[in-house]
Amino acid sequence: MSVPAEDSAEAARHSARQAEVAEALSRVLGASALLVRREDTAPYECDGLTAFKALPMAVALPENEGQLAAVLKTCHRLKVPIVARGAGTGLSGGALPHRFGVTLSLAKFNKILKIDPLSCTAVVQCGVRNLAISEAAAPYGLYYAPDPSSQIACTIGGNVAENSGGVHCLKYGMTLHNVLRVRGYTAEGEPIDFGSEALDAPGIDLLSVVIGSEGMLAVTTEVTVKLVPKPELARCMVASFPTVESAGGAVANVIARGIVPAGLELMDRRMTAVAEDFVHAGYDLSAAALLLCESDGTEEEVAEEIAAMKRVLEESGASRIEVSRDEAQRLKFWSGRKNAFPASGGISPDYMCMDSTIPRKRLAEMLLAIQAMESKYQLACVNVFHAGDGNLHPLILFDANDRDQFRRCELFGAEILETSLKLGGTVTGEHGVGVEKLNSMCVQFSPAERDRFIAVKRAFDPAEMLNPGKVIPTLARCAEYGKMHVHRGMMAFPELPRF
Amino acid sequence: MAAAGINRGSAAERLRNRILDARARRASLEIRGGGTKAFYGEAPRGEPLELDELTGISSYEPSELVITARAGTPLAELESVLAERGQCLAFEPPRFEPGGTVGGMVAAGLSGPARAAAGPLRDYVLGVTILDGRGEFLTFGGQVMKNVAGYDVSRLMAGSWGILGVLCEISLKVLASKADTATLSFEWDERRALAEMARWNALPLSINASAWHEGCLKIRLSGAGAAVRSACRKLGGVELDAWTAAGWWESVRDHRHPFFRPSEAELQAGECLWRISVPPATPPLEQGGFIEWGGAQRWWRTAAPASRVRSIASAAGGHATLVRAADKSAGAFAPLSETLMRVHRALRGAFDPDCVLNAGRLYADL
Repeated sequence: MSVPAEDSAEAARHSARQAEVAEALSRVLGASALLVRREDTAPYECDGLTAFKALPMAVALPENEGQLAAVLKTCHRLKVPIVARGAGTGLSGGALPHRFGVTLSLAKFNKILKIDPLSCTAVVQCGVRNLAISEAAAPYGLYYAPDPSSQIACTIGGNVAENSGGVHCLKYGMTLHNVLRVRGYTAEGEPIDFGSEALDAPGIDLLSVVIGSEGMLAVTTEVTVKLVPKPELARCMVASFPTVESAGGAVANVIARGIVPAGLELMDRRMTAVAEDFVHAGYDLSAAALLLCESDGTEEEVAEEIAAMKRVLEESGASRIEVSRDEAQRLKFWSGRKNAFPASGGISPDYMCMDSTIPRKRLAEMLLAIQAMESKYQLACVNVFHAGDGNLHPLILFDANDRDQFRRCELFGAEILETSLKLGGTVTGEHGVGVEKLNSMCVQFSPAERDRFIAVKRAFDPAEMLNPGKVIPTLARCAEYGKMHVHRGMMAFPELPRF
Repeated sequence: MAAAGINRGSAAERLRNRILDARARRASLEIRGGGTKAFYGEAPRGEPLELDELTGISSYEPSELVITARAGTPLAELESVLAERGQCLAFEPPRFEPGGTVGGMVAAGLSGPARAAAGPLRDYVLGVTILDGRGEFLTFGGQVMKNVAGYDVSRLMAGSWGILGVLCEISLKVLASKADTATLSFEWDERRALAEMARWNALPLSINASAWHEGCLKIRLSGAGAAVRSACRKLGGVELDAWTAAGWWESVRDHRHPFFRPSEAELQAGECLWRISVPPATPPLEQGGFIEWGGAQRWWRTAAPASRVRSIASAAGGHATLVRAADKSAGAFAPLSETLMRVHRALRGAFDPDCVLNAGRLYADL
C-alpha cells in the first residue's frame, strides 16, 4: 500500500522539512553519501515486505563510525526519525522508511575486521553478509551457524535487528545464541557496547533485548559472532508421509526421543510441487507432506543419529525415506526447501509469508486449520515449516492488484496468527513484527505489557527517534483493531489502506 | 499470554499486595528464594519477600522440551522431575547449597561447567510471568522455541537479580541428558592447558566442560556413545572412572571444591574469591587459579586490591566479579560505563520506578 494522497499544505511542509534535513546532513556527509531526489531514494521505499512502501526524506550512507555518529547527532538535534537499514531483505517491514525520517543505509560498513580461530569468534561490521562470515571462516574449519534463507544477501546487522533464525537454528540457536557482542550507537550518537568478547558482561544482559529489537534501541555498527567448528559430515533424509497428521506426529516423536536434528523441515504437497518445479530436487510428489531431517557431527554421531531418526520416522508412518549419499545429493535435497519462497513467487503474483510459532505437537492441527481457512477466504496457501522449532511459514498466495484478494489475504493471515496464539504460540518466530504484525501484538500482549515495551524503548531512546512506529502498536491502534475484530470479515471501509 | 494464569492465585495476589504496600510506604523488599546465593552480588537489603507459597511445576511436556514452574519451586524438585524423564537443565546451574529455587536460579543467571558448550541459562529461558515494582502481572515470551514478538524481556530477567520484577513463573527449555559421558585428565601446566583448549575449541569434538587447577586439566566429553569414544581416542589423557568424574564436576558446579570456599579466617584476612570472565583464548594472567569454560572463566583467590584485579580483567577484554569477600565496598560487579548505567537506571525506572525490589542488589546505587 502506498501513502495516501496528500494535500498541498502537507506537501509544502514535507518539502521544507526535507530541504532543512538535507542541508544539515550535507554538512556531515559527502554529496555521494546523501540521497534526496525521488529517483535516488525510490530503491529504499520498502524492504522484503513489498506490500508496504514509503519514501524517506533522505537516505544517508555513512562510511565510518565518525560520519554515522554525526548523522545521528544531526537527526537527534532536528528530531528526525532514523530507520537503519541493512540489505533490506527483512520480511516484516522493519526497514520501511518513515516519510518524515532518514533511512540510514549501513551498506558501506562491509568489512570483516577479524577472524580469531583460537577464540572461535569473528568481528565484523554490520553490513557484512551472513554467508560472507562463513566463507571467511571456512579456511579455519569454522562457520557462523544461523542461516536464514536470505543468507547470500542479508547482513549481520539485519540479523541482529531481527534475531534471525534459519533451518539450522533448531540445533545451533538463533542470532541471540550466536552473538557475543554488539557495538552500536545510541539515538543521540554516542557509542555503546552490549555484551563482550568474554562469554558475559557485567550488569543486566542488555544483549538479549538489543538483539531482535528491530533497530529501535540502538544502531548496530559492529558485531562479534561465535564461530563453530564445521561438522565433519552432514547427511539429510527426505521422508514422505501419507497425511499431514502423520508428518506432524513424526516431528513431535523425533523431538520427544531426545534427538536434536541439525534441521527438521516440513513441506506440504503443494509446496513440494512448487519447489520441485523450480529446482528439480527429485521430491516425492505423491506424499501429503515431506520432512527433511538433517544430522551433522562426526561420522559416528551421524551414523547413530540417522539410524535413530530413521526408526522414529518409520514408526511414525513414513511411506518412503531417502538418505543423502553424498554432499551433492544433500544440497539437492535442501535446494527445494531453500528456494521455497522464490519458487512461490513464480506461481502467484504475490504471496504473504506468515511466521508464527506453535508447540510442535499442534502442527497437524494447525495444518488442518489452514486448509479450512483456504476455503473460507478462497485463497490458496502453501506450507513450509521449520517444523522442529514449531515455526510456521504458510505462504498465502494472492494478487495485490486485486483489492478484495488483498483484504482476504490480510484476514487469512490474521486468523493464522490468532489461531497460533490459541494453540499456545506466538505471532512471530523469526521475521519480526515490523509494521506487518502490529495488530497481532494487540492480541498477544496486554496494555500493561505493551506499555513496558514502550518503556524499554525509552530507556535506550528517550526521544523515540529510532525506527518509531514499528513493533509496538499504539493504544489507539489496538482499540481500533479490537473493534474491527468483533466484526471480522465485515470490516468497515474496506477501501481504506490499513497497515 | 499467561501460561497458567498464575496471576489469579491467592499466593501471587498476596505478593502483589506486599509490593503495593511497600511502594506506598517507600519501603524496599528483598526477594527471597532459598537464600543460597545471598553471598553473591551486593548484600541484600529490605524487608524479606518470601516466595515459599509460590511453588509447584505448572506444566511439563517432555516431548515439547519445555517445563514451566513457579518461582519458589525448589530447584532440586525441578531437576529430579526432569531426571525421571531423562532430561536436564543443560547449562548446569550452580546450586552452592541445597534449598535453592527456580526463581533464584533465573534471577542470578549463573551457569555451570557446561556453559561454554551448552550456552548460558539465559538461552534456555522461554517465557516469564513477573510482578513488577508497580505491582502488575506481566507475561513475556511463552513456551515455544522461537519467539520474536516484541523485545525479549523474558531473557532480560535472567541475571537481573530481581531489580526489574519478582519472577512468578518461568518456562524453560530442557534437553535430553547426554547419552554418554567421559572425563579425561591431563597433567599440564596452565599455558599448555589453555593452548590445547583453544586448539580443541575449533575442532568438532564433543567437549562439554573443562576445568584446570594446580597442573591438572580435566575435560568432560558428552554426546552419542560412538562420538565420545572417538573423541577419547583423539584426545588421549587418562580417563577417570564415572563415579570420581561425577563427584569432581559436581564439586566444580556447586563450588564445593575448597578453592571456591575461603575460610572465615581467610576472608577476614582480606583474601577474596574473584570470578574473571575473559575471551577464552586469553593467555595466562597473573595467576592461574581455577580455570573453566575453555579459558573463558577464571577464578582467583587473592588479597590484591579490586582496582588491580579489575584492570587486569579489563585489559584482557573482560570483567571481574568479587564473589566472596569480607569487604565488598569495591562493588561486587564490575562498574558500567556511564551510557550503560543510564540505560540500567531507565530500565529499572520502567519496571520499578520506586526501587521497591532488591534495591542495591546488583549495584549499590541502583
